[in-house]
Amino acid sequence: MVEVTSRTGPAGAVEIAPGVHWIGALDPALRTFDIILRTANGTTYNSFLVRGESGVAVVDTVKLEFAEDFFRRLESVADYSEIRVIVLNHLEPDHSGALPELMRRAPQARLYISTRATSMLKALLKPKEADRSFEYETVGTNDEVSLGNRTLRFLHTPFLHWPDTQCTYLVEDGILFSGDIFGCHYCDNRLFNDRVGDFRFSFDYYYGHIMRPFKAHVVEALKLIEPLRLTIVAPTHGPILRDRPRRYVTHYRELSTSSLTERIGNEDRSLVVFYMSAYGSTARMADAIRAGAEETAGIRVSLYDLEGGETGPFVDLIEEADALAFGSPTINGDAVKPVWDLLSSLAVVNLKGKLGAAFGSYGWSGEAVRMIEDRMRGLKMRVPVPGLRLKLIPTDDELVECCDFGRKLAAALVGGEQGRVIDFSELG
Amino acid sequence: MAKAKVTFEDINQTVNVPAGTRLIEISEKVGAGIIYGCREGDCGTCMTHVVTGWNNLTEPSVLEEKVLRENMANRHDRLACQAQVLGDCTVKPA
Ligand SMILES: Cc1cc2nc3c(=O)[nH]c(=O)nc-3n(C[C@H](O)[C@H](O)[C@H](O)COP(=O)(O)O)c2cc1C
Ligand code: FES
Ligand SMILES: [Fe+2]
Ligand SMILES: [Fe+2]
Repeated sequence: MVEVTSRTGPAGAVEIAPGVHWIGALDPALRTFDIILRTANGTTYNSFLVRGESGVAVVDTVKLEFAEDFFRRLESVADYSEIRVIVLNHLEPDHSGALPELMRRAPQARLYISTRATSMLKALLKPKEADRSFEYETVGTNDEVSLGNRTLRFLHTPFLHWPDTQCTYLVEDGILFSGDIFGCHYCDNRLFNDRVGDFRFSFDYYYGHIMRPFKAHVVEALKLIEPLRLTIVAPTHGPILRDRPRRYVTHYRELSTSSLTERIGNEDRSLVVFYMSAYGSTARMADAIRAGAEETAGIRVSLYDLEGGETGPFVDLIEEADALAFGSPTINGDAVKPVWDLLSSLAVVNLKGKLGAAFGSYGWSGEAVRMIEDRMRGLKMRVPVPGLRLKLIPTDDELVECCDFGRKLAAALVGGEQGRVIDFSELG
Repeated sequence: MAKAKVTFEDINQTVNVPAGTRLIEISEKVGAGIIYGCREGDCGTCMTHVVTGWNNLTEPSVLEEKVLRENMANRHDRLACQAQVLGDCTVKPA
């Protein structure tokens, strides 16, 4: 008889180090996570149990639907009365789902969450727990909880993946319970990175969608993580990284610091112009804007016709750019779809502090430019120069206006507008 | 109407505004680097450091103080979506 191994994993807990067990759950049927992430073999919700001389700690729980698996595995290695410490590395429901029930079963346990998690705790637990106020303690970087012979130390690593994210380091063993950091949606009942299938694609995909928008926070987190002695990195999703765990830390460092300026050593500020044009008017505006902007030293302008490219590489260009200008004609009272496609694909990059500008030719109503500006402001970009709309085919005078628009944009980019006192009423 | 001068240090620009204007409205219009989320004093995204003129802003409410505390605000940090300008001040993203 062929024995088919269960996709949902071993029945009991799995020891990852002496006295440290995986008590999470496998979700092999999942195909889409959090609406945005796809997964061809599901995911795991990893939680861990640490046994110390003076009590047991549980680090993270699982999604509510998998609570039964979690409790079964927990019960295989500990009694609820032994649990003294519960840590949640962040409060997202995929890890806090079984928390209310766990606290009911282990009422003596104390909950440790990050300083930024309190308002979320209430919002998450409110439906069922309105009548009971949880005992919890907030912790920050270098705060410690002792289990007698073992110590849990916290690292504050905000935004990776929620504002309240932290990591928990088991000091004596060199095990980092890293939360979503170093995680991926990859489900394999062999659990460990040296035994599962090739999950690298999934690791990079996860980084690209969850961590990439927060590269600056990744770098801050790595400053806390890199000095640690690491025997195991145990994230909340995907394989447990026990074989050469530091490679994953190095990989995160590369993914979060590689940039164009590092590669070519060019300190110029970059303006990337994306446009689309049916009859060439918006395209001529784009050329004139470029000419105007390039008069300023230290500005590198690039033009791209949205008709000729894919969203993915354009998003990469945007991530590296200092300023973006979008040119669109007004078609049926709106900007053209490729502009919206691109402007709705930017959740994976950090746009904070980038400058935005919009321009375009129109026939009679000309809504596109304002709509693009509003969208850019909504994406937290600065829009320092009011958008430029021109009716139908640009005249020579109007092309001069376009040049001037480019000049102003360049000036804002190198700080030439600085020091001026503006009246609020001018800002419109 | 009384006027006040608000300087945004990150873009080195000063705006002359009617007293009572919320910092976020000015920052957004002038394109300074202060970002926001909820705009209702809940998320802490709009945290702003007041470099000078701390006393020229409306007093923080109890709720604002709580959100500031939860987000580990430093001294003289405010929520730009809550603070209204009463007199001259200089601010920058926290
Ligand atoms: C990947 C991801 C990113 C999120 N980003 C934000 C955010 O930027 N701001 C916010 O207020 N909530 C954010 N959330 C929280 C969701 O809006 C929140 O969980 C909400 O309750 C989900 O609603 P739903 O149940 O209709 O999906 C994010 C959630 C996920 C999964
Ligand atoms: S924008 Fe959320 S607190 Fe101000
Ligand atoms: Fe998460
Ligand atoms: Fe998660």
